[in-house]
Amino acid sequence: MDFGLSKKQALSQKLFKDFALNEVKPLAQEIDEEERFPVETVEKMAHIGLMGIPIPEAYGGSGGDNLTYIMAVEELSNYCGTTGVILSAHTSLACAPILAFGTEAQKQKYLIPLAKGEKLGAFGLTEANAGTDAAMQQTTAVKEGATYRINGTKIFITNGGYADTFIIFAMTDKEKGTRGISAFIVDKETPGFSIGKTEHKLGIKGSSTTELIFKDMILPEENLLGQEGKGFKVAMTTLDGGRIGIAAQALGIAQGALNEAIQYTKERKQFSRPLSSFQNTQFQMAELQTKIDAARLLTYRAAVLKDQGKPYSTEAAMAKLYASDVSMDSTRISLQLMGGYGYTREYPLERMFRDAKITEIYEGTSEVQKMVIAASLLK
Amino acid sequence: MNIIVLLKQVPDTTEMKVDKEKGTLIRAGVPTITNPDDLAGFEAALRIKDAQGAKITCVTMGPPQAENMLRELYAMGADECVLISDGKFGGADTWATSNTLGAYLATLDYDLIIAGRQAIDGDTAQVGPQVAEKLSLPQITYVEEIRSINKEKIQVKKALENRYEIIEAKMPCLITTLGSIAKPRYMHVREIQKAFDKEIPVITNEHLKLLPEDIGLKGSPTKVKRTFTKEVHKNSDVLTLDPRAAAKKILDVLLDNQYIGK
Amino acid sequence: MNIHDYKDLYVLIEHEQGILHDASIELLGEAKRLKEDRPGLQYQVVAVILGTASQAMLHELGQRGADEILYLKNEALNTFSTERHTQVLYEAIVERKPDIFLIPATVLGRDLAPRLAARCDTGLTADATKLAFDPDHEDSSLLLVTRPAFGGNLFGTIINEDKRPQMTTIRPGVMDKWPKQEEHRCTITEKAVSLDHIPHEVHILEVLEKDHMAVDIAKAEIIISGGRGVGNGFHVLRTCAEMLGAEVAGSRAAVDEGRIDKAYQVGQTGKTVKPKVYIACGISGAVQHLAGMEKSDYIIAINKDPNAPIFQSANIGLVGDALEILPLLTEEIRNYRERPS
Repeated sequence: MDFGLSKKQALSQKLFKDFALNEVKPLAQEIDEEERFPVETVEKMAHIGLMGIPIPEAYGGSGGDNLTYIMAVEELSNYCGTTGVILSAHTSLACAPILAFGTEAQKQKYLIPLAKGEKLGAFGLTEANAGTDAAMQQTTAVKEGATYRINGTKIFITNGGYADTFIIFAMTDKEKGTRGISAFIVDKETPGFSIGKTEHKLGIKGSSTTELIFKDMILPEENLLGQEGKGFKVAMTTLDGGRIGIAAQALGIAQGALNEAIQYTKERKQFSRPLSSFQNTQFQMAELQTKIDAARLLTYRAAVLKDQGKPYSTEAAMAKLYASDVSMDSTRISLQLMGGYGYTREYPLERMFRDAKITEIYEGTSEVQKMVIAASLLK
Repeated sequence: MNIIVLLKQVPDTTEMKVDKEKGTLIRAGVPTITNPDDLAGFEAALRIKDAQGAKITCVTMGPPQAENMLRELYAMGADECVLISDGKFGGADTWATSNTLGAYLATLDYDLIIAGRQAIDGDTAQVGPQVAEKLSLPQITYVEEIRSINKEKIQVKKALENRYEIIEAKMPCLITTLGSIAKPRYMHVREIQKAFDKEIPVITNEHLKLLPEDIGLKGSPTKVKRTFTKEVHKNSDVLTLDPRAAAKKILDVLLDNQYIGK
Repeated sequence: MNIHDYKDLYVLIEHEQGILHDASIELLGEAKRLKEDRPGLQYQVVAVILGTASQAMLHELGQRGADEILYLKNEALNTFSTERHTQVLYEAIVERKPDIFLIPATVLGRDLAPRLAARCDTGLTADATKLAFDPDHEDSSLLLVTRPAFGGNLFGTIINEDKRPQMTTIRPGVMDKWPKQEEHRCTITEKAVSLDHIPHEVHILEVLEKDHMAVDIAKAEIIISGGRGVGNGFHVLRTCAEMLGAEVAGSRAAVDEGRIDKAYQVGQTGKTVKPKVYIACGISGAVQHLAGMEKSDYIIAINKDPNAPIFQSANIGLVGDALEILPLLTEEIRNYRERPS
């Protein structure tokens, strides 16, 4: 078992750290305060091949592996949870399902621009009545000759306001329950498609989280992704991969928070000594770093299994479950170590503290992750 | 258009610490980087390639680990990378270094050679002009901008202490670039994936066949007699002086430490 | 190359529009000092000037320490050309065999010296800050040349034992000028030089003004920074900064109070700087500010409050009013620079 990175992976990681420090960190506070989607950063990310890391070169991607992609999400999230999730949703939830389930024509038409970063992707599964109970899809897709008529509303869709290409889910056959759900690729220019309200959130405020409204939207049958009735499988498989991305986001936030606390406690003096010289501070940091390392290993393992073509669903669930939990611990404790200053906007901790919470919720709540893990234990 | 860029892998001197007791540098743990002036020159070359097409060959003389730097240059867009490395070249001053580089470059076809103005470890700014001398090439140093370039001539903006000069030179020629000439681009993820599969020829003295008295320590007219670190006194005394005395004290400190010139 | 055939101390003189460069005069002073340091060598100080020089200029060279002036005359040489200057000096060196050749480490000097040294097949040391004859051998003309490397973290003493001339470029502003001697014997050797045989493939097309553009304080070598304690006295800092060749920055408090633009803010929410010298004026030293400047090489703190935390991070602390001290510092520096030399 080799715990080291390959040369390519190590050099990629160096690039991500460099980019995150110089391009992401300076904007992190501003995009949070202004609730602004960092369009310029995404453009720069596209420019250096970040938007299609695990996608083959033939489809416009960078031909890297999933571990490399995950490290990109982690490094970006070190400084900015918003930027991390933008990348994660785009790659794991939009690029990946087209790569896995798309026809050659669909890959040429939709995957290439996404992987090149010319277009941004999003994933529309969640509805007002279908959160954890994802099978309760109420969006309908009625076949009419060579087209489908889609009606319904999606909520809480990451990248919603800025994406060009959406993977959405709708009931093609209400009688069949989960086996009546189908997946579709939707271009934002499609008549009948509009973006609804934008959510104002506790954290990842720069992330565009919106409603998607389909009103008699007509899609040609070429836009069916995978087979009719097999949409739920597309959704679940895609979320398995997405989970690793969110684990990486949580991991990045956790490490970023601790790094800030370490820096601060070295400088800040009370009782004539730096805070970092107090054993309480040292012990808390030691415990946190150990947990963060554990989260990292879980996350990387899931990514490596995916790269090896092995089943990874349970491992991905463990990674997300644990990493999101650690990000909560890390932001809470790191903020505490920074005291009053940590609570102000002069330091990034209060934002990281707010950003961390969502990682326990989206792309499958922590409870869902436990269900997945338990199911694998008890089968 | 054939452009050769000379680059050096150097320790990041801004992160360097000093062992005050031994009077030496603490090199362990100091990351290596591509010399900033050289990297900026490489970016300038890449922009010429983007604009009008060019083949960019990166050449470095150094120990085997300089290969890591070349991989990064591949990931940024270099077409070819060459490592000149041989124990016999070690200990060279700028004269011997230029001799060695010059001998290799003389075997290549090129229109332009770009070197960074100076390296952040040696700080001499000598290798560029000395390579130009070896190759009998016209030189322009302290280039801040390349305004136009073709196979016949190059036009640049040179930065002097108190003015700029627009200078034109016949090709082939050698220029030395300031760090401000261009902000280096990031590596590209896709190119990183391919960078480690590309060839990096290693040139040794077997290839160059230079005489021992012309290379390495033996071939260096200048030698280091000794090295030492600067004494910076951490004076934790807080002085209460009248304003004139305080002003004089500050001046003394600035002069003693050579922070301002005489 | 028989090194014993070489003698005397040569200095390259830069000039522009009838004015001799200060850096060159400093080098003359240093050559003079070296000469007097080892009288047994019986070396002459030779000032080498290319182009055209007025009587006043030549006279001044003598007054500043030159025993002889080698005046290589050709009007075209008033404009610097690597090709021409290198070849003309090379031919002079071959003919005259100087033991030591000092060149100012100006942009021009650093362009010319390496090329010239390579053509002469000799060693060159760059950016010297100190020169001394070898103390271990009283008859030797071997020069020990001390210079900074590794970004100023390390100093090296360099020697050039086997090749001549011993060439070095010297940092402007480090050496002392020789006090002007009204009467100093100086011979002038004037030679008209031809440039016809020298390739001339590099041409200056245009000269442009350089104005003081917006500064990136992260690149400054000396920073004078003001905090709340400076109030609206930033003009005092600016005057002193101009005298010092420094940049002005501020703490967050100063920026919030509108005393200085945010682009010049140092600290947690501003820039991180690592200059050689950071002079903190009226800055208390809160942790957010320290985060932005504590890696400076040398920190000078001025604050009215003897208990200000900044004093714990400073190399030297002065209790007092920066607005009183800085104008006096400006004056002290001016007096020092203009002291009779």
